[in-house]
This record gives sequence, structure tokens and C-alpha cells, in this order.
Amino acid sequence: MALGTAWAVDWTRRAAALVEEHKQELTHLDRDIGDGDHGENLDRGFRAVVAKLDASAADATPGDVLKLVATTLISTVGGAAGPLYGTAFLKGSTAIKGLDELDGAAIVAFLTAARDGIVLRGKAEPGDKTMIDAWTPAVDAAAAAGDDPVAALRAAADAAAAGAVATEPLVARKGRASYLGERSAGHRDPGAQSTAYILEAAAAAAEANA
Amino acid sequence: MTVALVFVSHSADVARGVVEITRQMAGAVPLEAAGGTDEDGIGTSFDRVEGAVHRALSASDGSGVVVLCDLGSAVLTSETVLDVLDDDERELVRIADAPLVEGAVVAGVAAQQGQDLAAVVAAAEGAWGRAAPADAPAPPEPASDTTAVAGSDAAGDATHDDGTVVRTVRVVNEMGVHARPAAELVKTASTFDADITVGGANAKSILAVVALGSKRGDELEVRASGADAAAAVDAVAGLIESGFGED
Repeated sequence: MALGTAWAVDWTRRAAALVEEHKQELTHLDRDIGDGDHGENLDRGFRAVVAKLDASAADATPGDVLKLVATTLISTVGGAAGPLYGTAFLKGSTAIKGLDELDGAAIVAFLTAARDGIVLRGKAEPGDKTMIDAWTPAVDAAAAAGDDPVAALRAAADAAAAGAVATEPLVARKGRASYLGERSAGHRDPGAQSTAYILEAAAAAAEANA
Repeated sequence: MTVALVFVSHSADVARGVVEITRQMAGAVPLEAAGGTDEDGIGTSFDRVEGAVHRALSASDGSGVVVLCDLGSAVLTSETVLDVLDDDERELVRIADAPLVEGAVVAGVAAQQGQDLAAVVAAAEGAWGRAAPADAPAPPEPASDTTAVAGSDAAGDATHDDGTVVRTVRVVNEMGVHARPAAELVKTASTFDADITVGGANAKSILAVVALGSKRGDELEVRASGADAAAAVDAVAGLIESGFGED
């Protein structure tokens, strides 16, 4: 069982749909402890990605599709989520470059490189109340899930969702929310929540394309 | 050719405004504004930053480019732009960890003086201290008329009981204390272990000195306290009286 280009395209479309569906919620989360543009920005970025998907080459690999996601998010999101998710998809796509089919190990390599890219760009650590608090448990869960890519993505998505919830009591130490200090506690981090949606889309696409 | 500067802000207006402010101090320095999103909304644009960096690179003609940013995503976007530059281009671009407006002015003055890339970055990053944080030592208070004057020396300096040294000098150069003389004055003042004011402004802050707007013929009181007070007054007053090497 392996995941190919159809999965990568389906993931992208489902991620765009989930972001659009939860745009208001993400914006509200960001209004509580940030600058209130996360939902709008991410929706703009994923809309632009979907618009470009149709024009992508017929012989594209999963890595090609996810690299297109990266470059489009970087140039269209307009907030910190652009360079952060853009770097994640860029480093992730490099880790699976040239592969037509992704097994569990390739999925884990993708997720690990994506998480490392966000750490490199945002310089956040676990516990800082950022998207890293969703990505890190996701990477760990995927690595522990064995060599089935669908199981790895499902484990990652569930762990990211739990990680997003676990950001609620934390005090932010990075990003705009850190300006609030102690007052950032009691709110869920918007970036961790959007990470949960994006990885949920990846798992759902894997289950549909398996 | 000088080092070029790029200003990355969440607001197109802010970035353009910083260019205007800096232009006053750094007429010969290539300045690029990269503010706002592609639709001129609040945010940052990868394409605008990338374009500005490329224009600055060609204008700087090998001297290099310093990027100054306002908030988080401006830094992240600028770093991402650097990621996609060619290696030989990336070597010539630095993102300064500096306050945007103060850093821009200080970097502009340093670039205008022909300082190299590392020096311009250092100047910008030194601007944090110039914003005079709340815990900064207060400049010496102007002495009231009742302060006992312990004596005065040949140069006419009044030396007060508390060790404060004061001398009044006149601005003699045609252009007054504009950007270059202000930078020179701050550089000189910064070498002394003393709290120094010129016309009441902190002599170690280029922004404060420039804000005086001193013109030819103005009298300026140079006042210093601390270990090097006398030497500091000699040097700073002497610099002003020499006309900063200008006519």
C-alpha cells in the first residue's frame, strides 16, 4: 500500500476545503491572541494553490504537487503562516523528491522534514504555544505507527488535533501572541489548530485513496 | 557605491515612510520599500520583498544589502526570500535585528559614510540602545544657577561640585549639525565614559542630536558628567568648533 500523486492532489483540495470551512474559527482564535488574519490568510493561500493544481503537469510526482503548495503559500498567504507552512511543504517535498509512491517511511520523512523546516524558520520549540505543538506529536505518532502510510497519517492527524487542544493552557513564547504574555493562556493556538486541519485532510485523503 | 537598504513592513505606507525619513539622512544610499501584501493590505508579500532585495542588490553594486523588518512575519518572509537567492547573492544580504525606524536612520547614516556591510549591520543593531529604555541613565540635569561652581579652567569650562563639566560653543559650519556631523559627534561622544549632552540632547544618540536641528551660529551647551567628563567636553566641543571639517 503506497500513496501517489492522486493522494497529494486530494490532500491539497481537502486541506483547502477544511481551511475554508473553518476560516471564521481560525480567524477568531487569532483575534483572541494574535492579529486576527490567520483564517483569511490561509484561505487565500489555499485558494491560490487549488487554482494552480489544474495546471500542474500530468506526470507530476507527489513531491512536485507539494512543492507547488509550498511556493504558492509563500507568495500568497501574507502573514507568518506563509513562510512557515511554505517552508514546511518545501522541505517536506525535498525529502520525498523523485518518489512516485510513498510508503510509511516516506510519509514519516515528509512530516519530519516539514516540522524541521518550521523549527528552522520560526525558531520555536515544543511548549512555545505554536504550530510546533501540533507538528511534533504528529511526527512522533507517525513514526510509531509502523510502515503503513495511511495508518501513519491517521496517527499524525489525531496527534496534531490533541496537540492543538493541549496548547490552550500554555503561555505563548513566540509570535504575536507572545506580546500578551500570561494573558495568552486559556486560548488555543490558531497555527496549531490549522495544522490539525491540514493533517486531518492528509489522513482523510489517504483513507479515500487507499 | 554604498550598501543598500530594504525596509520590510506590514504596511506599505510605513515602508514608504521609512524610506522618506531615511532619505533625509542618506541621500546617496539606495533605499527600497517592501511593505504590505500584494493587494496593499496589512501583511507581508514574498514577491515585494524579493523584488526589493533584487533591486537593492543591483543598486548596491556588490557593496551588499541590509534588510530591516518591523514584526514577525516580515522577518520570516525576508528569511524565506534569502533561502531562494543564489549563494553569491545571499552572501551580500543581511537581515538586521534592529528597530525599523531608528535602525533605518542609523544604518542610512552609516551607509552614507561609505561603511561596509558588516559595519552598517552593526550600526543598525546598535540602534536598540538609542531608543533610551526606561532603565537608561538619565542625562545630567542642567545645573541650576545656585549650583556652586568649583572653578573654571583655561578653556572657560565651568566645573561644578558634582563633577559636571560645561562649555558653550558655537556651530560654525555652513550646513549646521546635519546627518554626517551628527554621526561624527555621536561616534566621538561614544568613546568616553561619561554622560554627555549637547544642547540638552543625549550626545550618544544620533536621533537626538539630529533632532536638535542646530544651524550655523547656534550656541550649544556641551555638558558632561562621569569619569571622562573633562576629556569628553574637550573632544565634543572641539569637534563642533572645528566645523566638523566642513566650511
